[in-house]
Amino acid sequence: MPILKLSDISMEFGGLRALDSVDLSIEEHQIYGIIGPNGAGKTTIFNIITGIYKPVKGNLFFKDINLKNYPPYKIARMGIGRTFQNIRLFQKLSVIDNLRVSAHGISKVNIIANMLGFPNSRREEKQIMLKSGQLLEMLGLYEKGMELADSLSYGEQRRLEIARALALEPALLLLDEPAAGMNASEKIELIDTIKSIRDNMNLTILLVEHDMSLVMNICESIAVLDYGRKIADGDPASIRNDEKVISSYLGMGA
Amino acid sequence: MFLQQLLNGITLGSTYALIALGYTMVYGIVQLINFAHGEIYMFGAAVGLFLVTVAGFSLVPALLGAMTFCMLLGVLVEKIAYRPLRGKSSRLSALISAIGVSIFLSTFMLLIAGPNTRRYPEVVNPTTYHIGSLQLSSMQIIILLVAALLMIGLNLMIQKTRLGMAMRATSEDLEAAYLMGIDVDRIISLTFAIGSALAGAGGVMVGIYYNAVFPYMGTMVGLKAFSAAVLGGIGSVPGAMLGGITLGILEIMGVAYISSSFKDAIAFGILIIVLLIRPQGLLGKKISKKV
Amino acid sequence: MDAFITQQIDAYYLRIIIIIGINIILALGLNLTTGVTGQLSMGHAGFMSLGAYTAAILSLHTTLPFVVVLIAGAMAAALFGIIIGIPSLRLEGDYLAIVTIGFAEIVRVFFLNFELGGKAVGLAGIPQQTTFSIVFLIMMVVIFLNITLLNSHTGKALYSIRENEIAAQACGVNTTQLKILCFAMGAFLGGLGGGLYASYMYYISPGEFGFMKSIEILNMVVLGGMGSIPGTILGVIILTIAPEFLRVVADYRLLFYGAMLVILMIFRPNGLMGDIRWYDIKKRLPKKEVKKCQS
Repeated sequence: MPILKLSDISMEFGGLRALDSVDLSIEEHQIYGIIGPNGAGKTTIFNIITGIYKPVKGNLFFKDINLKNYPPYKIARMGIGRTFQNIRLFQKLSVIDNLRVSAHGISKVNIIANMLGFPNSRREEKQIMLKSGQLLEMLGLYEKGMELADSLSYGEQRRLEIARALALEPALLLLDEPAAGMNASEKIELIDTIKSIRDNMNLTILLVEHDMSLVMNICESIAVLDYGRKIADGDPASIRNDEKVISSYLGMGA
Repeated sequence: MFLQQLLNGITLGSTYALIALGYTMVYGIVQLINFAHGEIYMFGAAVGLFLVTVAGFSLVPALLGAMTFCMLLGVLVEKIAYRPLRGKSSRLSALISAIGVSIFLSTFMLLIAGPNTRRYPEVVNPTTYHIGSLQLSSMQIIILLVAALLMIGLNLMIQKTRLGMAMRATSEDLEAAYLMGIDVDRIISLTFAIGSALAGAGGVMVGIYYNAVFPYMGTMVGLKAFSAAVLGGIGSVPGAMLGGITLGILEIMGVAYISSSFKDAIAFGILIIVLLIRPQGLLGKKISKKV
Repeated sequence: MDAFITQQIDAYYLRIIIIIGINIILALGLNLTTGVTGQLSMGHAGFMSLGAYTAAILSLHTTLPFVVVLIAGAMAAALFGIIIGIPSLRLEGDYLAIVTIGFAEIVRVFFLNFELGGKAVGLAGIPQQTTFSIVFLIMMVVIFLNITLLNSHTGKALYSIRENEIAAQACGVNTTQLKILCFAMGAFLGGLGGGLYASYMYYISPGEFGFMKSIEILNMVVLGGMGSIPGTILGVIILTIAPEFLRVVADYRLLFYGAMLVILMIFRPNGLMGDIRWYDIKKRLPKKEVKKCQS
């Protein structure tokens, strides 16, 4: 059974069709890529999955749950973490506190216990600190834990976005153009990071990107969007040879 | 009776509109609630009074004099208290700075003029015209005429001139306007100048109409004019006009048909209800959140 | 204890200290709503007056213990905090500001016409039960709870709403619930401070809880540094004491006060403590010993 299934999803902004009957099916433990030129509707798909937009038509299922009926924060708590294309960190919070916000999302302790410092709250805080520290270590941010997020370099901020999403302990991780603004060596590093996250944390990754090489390198399955429509999907080899894709996308640059 | 109240409401509302324009124009460009704007209006009333009583001016020169004074004051306030903060601080710090200016200006007036309410001498022949059962005083006619003239002039300026175009561009996107070679600092100064001049005109006319000028007259009127700007959709020039007149009518109707002791509560109550139904105000554009 | 204090400290200074204590409670409330969560509230005096009138009327007409009276006042304010919090879900920034201003004005006009509250004259002869030790005790509890709350992950979630609401939701933060909660908590502290104030002053009237009072409290929060507890406390102390020092210049007091706000904002736009963290201070302290051990 696919972990995420979009069927017949359409989205409109003021009469402009951003997505047109898109179907997607993502299997568990996959690294799945959505590619397409700017304005193809890639980020819109993320915003629909995470509940920021509600689709005008169609359904989407995470495991068995129809996400259409849930607000963004509940969708996040179910185990869908995401990053943003234009970085949206909590700039005036420290690096580790950025992660603690996600930990709050899945916390079992209520605010009264927090306020009065009950033992269960303290125990939980200790665990959160431990887990957050591990995540930061994994993404090479441990030394920066107490710095403010806005003092980090661009590359570090991108990694912190991933760490923050992982602090939700997600089953599905959505990465929105993770390689944007990175140079070649940083991209190679990123590929390793994404693969090791998937393997070590046993989760499914869905990423949108317009950097072809990155997607071809790490994705096991790819869907191609063009003007809000899915024009092809399959494994990297078949996408590379798909005529529609070549004419509408690959052909332009290559 | 109803028509008479409506007329009174429109008269009051057009003065609110004149002041609301300053709030909305400044807000449209620098996203600042200019809390000192109410005090600029108060200075307009006071300078007008000074020109009429001490210098012996008649209405029109006094009006122009007060507008010029307020224009300079507005520009000065922007230079001293807001410009140093622009770009390097949160909007709230600028707001506090504006509150500081507001306290400073009203206290300054208190110190030079004393706390007493002063009255305008007779500058206009107090004739009352009868149209059917409607009564229209000469001052009401003047207020309506001046407000209409100023608002039409402002609209022409914004829509037809190059400066107006630069203002619209700046309020659309300040940074892009800057990159396109617009002298943003000058446009902001100009916005403060125009907004303050309008408030000054409002001050003189309200001072004569209600026959009362005092140092703290700007606080409540400032709040209401700001409410009017928000009601119309802050940042929108026609919105400020509509919001001002709507608020004026609501207030007069509230007093006439509900209760005069709840006058201010009625105006604010309706404002809150309108905002809950239309969060962007009557004519404001709905800005969809970009993700 | 209070007897000892009144013997030791000059009545004038004691009065200022007590007012500082009450203002800290009030300002920490507004700090939660506006400083931490970023919901611009310009009607804090409305909550304060609700607490003040509720407490005053109860202590004039019933024999309830003072603590109960205070909590009743705080609860009454918190109830309205929830009601005012609901628009915050739909409105942002300045629109919310105008709703809160409007709310406070409506409350003021209500008390101006409220028979039981003495209308425009106000209420006099409220039993003076607010003492130094009560204010001090409540203040310490409030500060303590603020610190533990804001250091917990729930506290960080509150800050995250101010920093970036969409990202906060993507991190599983129930922004709806927390925003309303913050309004309720802020209003609760506003009402609590109001109750203490009423009982300390013997006398309250609607005029004291006008727009300028809300602005005064907001100034304290912004001046100290939005969202910072030590900053808020510092802001309260400065802005409560400043007018006393400025008494020297008598009539020019408010003139200086206004100018001071402008100058402080120009030179410290993020507030006095807004961009200072204990961590950064600690880091800058010389730590030669520690480094030697590590290497």
